[in-house]
Amino acid sequence: MSLAAYPRIADWITAQDGLLLVRTGKVDIGQRISTALIQIAHEELGVPFNRIDIATVRTDKAPDEGMTSGSNSIEQSGKAVQCAAATLRATLRKRLASKYGGAPEEWALADGAIFLPGTNHRFPVIELIENLGKDDLVDPAALPVARPYQSPPRPRMRGIAEMVRGGHAFIHDLDVPGMWHARVVRPPHVHARLNGVPETARARLAAKGLHLIEDGSFLAVVGPNEWPVVDQAQKLAIACDWDVGKGLPETDVFTLLNASKSARFHAPKAAPTKGPIPEPLVLPDHTARYERTYQLHGSLGPSAAMAQWSDGVLTLKSHSQGIYPLRESIADSLGLALEKVIIEHMPGSGCYGHTGADDAAFEAALVAMAHPDRPILLKWSREDEHMWEPFAPAMAVELAAKTSGRSITAFSAEVFSDTHRGRPRPGPKRAGPGKLLANRFRETPIGPTPAAPNMGVHAGMHRNLDPVYAIENKRLVKNLVPDLPHRTSAMRCLGAAVNIFAIESFMDTIARKSGADPIAFRLSHLDDDRARNVLLTLQDQLSHWPDLTEATGRGVAFAQYKNAMTRVAVAIELTVNDMAEIQLHRAAIVADAGRIVDAEGLTAQLEGGLVQAASWALHEEVKWDRDGIQTRDWDSYPVIRFDNIPKVSVTLQDQPDEKSLGAGEASPGPTLGAIGNAVFDAVGLRLTRLPFTAASIRQAAYH
Amino acid sequence: MGARHLVTLTLNVNGEMRRVTSDPDTPLVYVLRDEFKLKGTKLGCGLEQCGACAVLVEGAPVLSCVSPVSAFEGKSITTIEGIDANDTGSRVQAAFVTYSAAQCGYCTAGLVVAATALLDDNPSPNRVDIAQALTPHLCRCGSHPRVFRAVKAAAKS
Repeated sequence: MSLAAYPRIADWITAQDGLLLVRTGKVDIGQRISTALIQIAHEELGVPFNRIDIATVRTDKAPDEGMTSGSNSIEQSGKAVQCAAATLRATLRKRLASKYGGAPEEWALADGAIFLPGTNHRFPVIELIENLGKDDLVDPAALPVARPYQSPPRPRMRGIAEMVRGGHAFIHDLDVPGMWHARVVRPPHVHARLNGVPETARARLAAKGLHLIEDGSFLAVVGPNEWPVVDQAQKLAIACDWDVGKGLPETDVFTLLNASKSARFHAPKAAPTKGPIPEPLVLPDHTARYERTYQLHGSLGPSAAMAQWSDGVLTLKSHSQGIYPLRESIADSLGLALEKVIIEHMPGSGCYGHTGADDAAFEAALVAMAHPDRPILLKWSREDEHMWEPFAPAMAVELAAKTSGRSITAFSAEVFSDTHRGRPRPGPKRAGPGKLLANRFRETPIGPTPAAPNMGVHAGMHRNLDPVYAIENKRLVKNLVPDLPHRTSAMRCLGAAVNIFAIESFMDTIARKSGADPIAFRLSHLDDDRARNVLLTLQDQLSHWPDLTEATGRGVAFAQYKNAMTRVAVAIELTVNDMAEIQLHRAAIVADAGRIVDAEGLTAQLEGGLVQAASWALHEEVKWDRDGIQTRDWDSYPVIRFDNIPKVSVTLQDQPDEKSLGAGEASPGPTLGAIGNAVFDAVGLRLTRLPFTAASIRQAAYH
Repeated sequence: MGARHLVTLTLNVNGEMRRVTSDPDTPLVYVLRDEFKLKGTKLGCGLEQCGACAVLVEGAPVLSCVSPVSAFEGKSITTIEGIDANDTGSRVQAAFVTYSAAQCGYCTAGLVVAATALLDDNPSPNRVDIAQALTPHLCRCGSHPRVFRAVKAAAKS
């Protein structure tokens, strides 16, 4: 997709002022994609790291690569940059060989130069690239440079030196002359609407030198100093008179998932079709239902954005994962021509999916348009992010299997969920604007946009619904359930987190009931050698772990993300203590991500995915009642902390001659499965609803 | 209203005496970031729950997002920008770089500050000591395993 739309070398790599500039539409959200892209250019062209930079990702300059999501950046942007750099390498070699002699492949590239060994023909690569034709095309078949060494590269992470000194600039740190701060005044919940702002509250704002932006029920406080804005916005939210209506629905969401009339699709190989839905398995040998409640992305730094409206142009800085679709949705919302909106990406806190970033950008735009020529920095509060970010949907997965001896002969999976696609993407009936939160509250409201089923392969809720195992007869069904209590969208792994948790728990149950070893049982259902090697390596590692003590258990799980990306096996050892709390001791990850671009970055993503999934498994749960979302901070919404981090080992199986595979979302699914399986191993309880809180473990023990 | 409450305070920040005119109730982090332009200290929650805003006060880690600036007059404050004046601080920074102990980096300043205070207090902490010192700090990217490695390495170096 990336190369097809941007076929020129200059779309991806340019040279200027002695620097090689890598151009990408993918944004660095802490996943080290910028380090990886620099590493790719470095490896192909022999230009030193400190002479390669990443161009600012901005809607009027960078290639439009849609979203930075789905673990796609290495396979899309990475592939494009690799092909562009490899094409450049081939072009330079060919031209120099024809002019100075030698075979093209004899010309070597290192230390920023291209040279013919044994001669004094030596030229600076960056200068040569500067003088190439601007319209030369990328050869999409250009192969990556052969790796002359054994171990995969481990480049230093871009930006880390600044991060440890406090010098890495996040969007929250913007501070420009004349800038004002803004804060949105939130209603108690999504169905509440403003009756009025009391005169006393208006007078207090005025006395503090603050301004109020009003558009229907959308309210924001703006002023020159941050703390008074923060303080007064909070006070104003309480002082305002809100019509709270019927409040939030309190019906159990897991009941609603099955009770509502869903859009239902047969999804063979995780590719939804409009064809008839196969009958359920008759008299299956095993059935189980797995569930997960609503969870948060819970970025550490709440969302923020900067906006300025000057001379009919709206300029925004945002940490959105999709600045191009966001631009279209904002332009449409405000009735502006597309080219009158410019969005530049700036780092925010790690996001793990669709957070408040896009909503904050639009809110900053609304404030900026009311105060022309003034830069506006709008930040969400912790409570804003906890209550108003789009949640990861509550889900249920119902599995059934028929077995013969120790093999599964028929398998059925049916998933129920709200949409994972709440991002402001343009579409029919103003779908983009309808997904921007503030539009619901404006005087002329837009949205919410009803969810449309995602028919993509391994997309949305049906990502990894198809077990990677060789089973002849599979029945896969997705149910998009409407009218659920909360706004939802994409969170790391989308449906794969819950689907893999379900499948891997189920595999464990069937293995144990058939008297098989869980790893051997998986191996007997796997044809793919690379998958088998990953599991066999894990098995070997486990044989060296010390014996288990009481109430301690071990679990394993395996998955290949989207059945096409990184293969990951995870083992977890944990204890369930007397308080029914899970204590994580150790973890092992074995992964095959193809040709490794950045071993350190890959390891960090796999470890980080494991830790985040452990937090989902042990703690994370959005709670609400009629009056609103009740999980509003890190006390009411606990997450994993340093006191429960297992010792993690990561083993990478490099495949220098295979293509590089996306890995950012590859470890959470197997981690959830491994934790559930370890709990069963420890105390004999099969937990089927995430999270596994102490209360839920005690409840399972009673049943 | 507003202006009547402003007072002038003198703070010792990173070894420098700095004056600021502010509402005395303003939490310290806003003064550090907005008045002194020390943007390295991050605001994550404003509730003393996440540790992103940690600074050293008289050498001990303190969360700066709730306590009013007026409570810090006459006390010595060290932010991430000044942590390398302390030998332990620069060792911790170097170890965080060596072990790539960050992902998005939003929690990093708070962790470097807390790890520096830990090692100043206990030069050879075990894993439990490290966990205890860092438990007030959240990291949502899951960089914890690398942070453990970095702090251990900084202790040894």
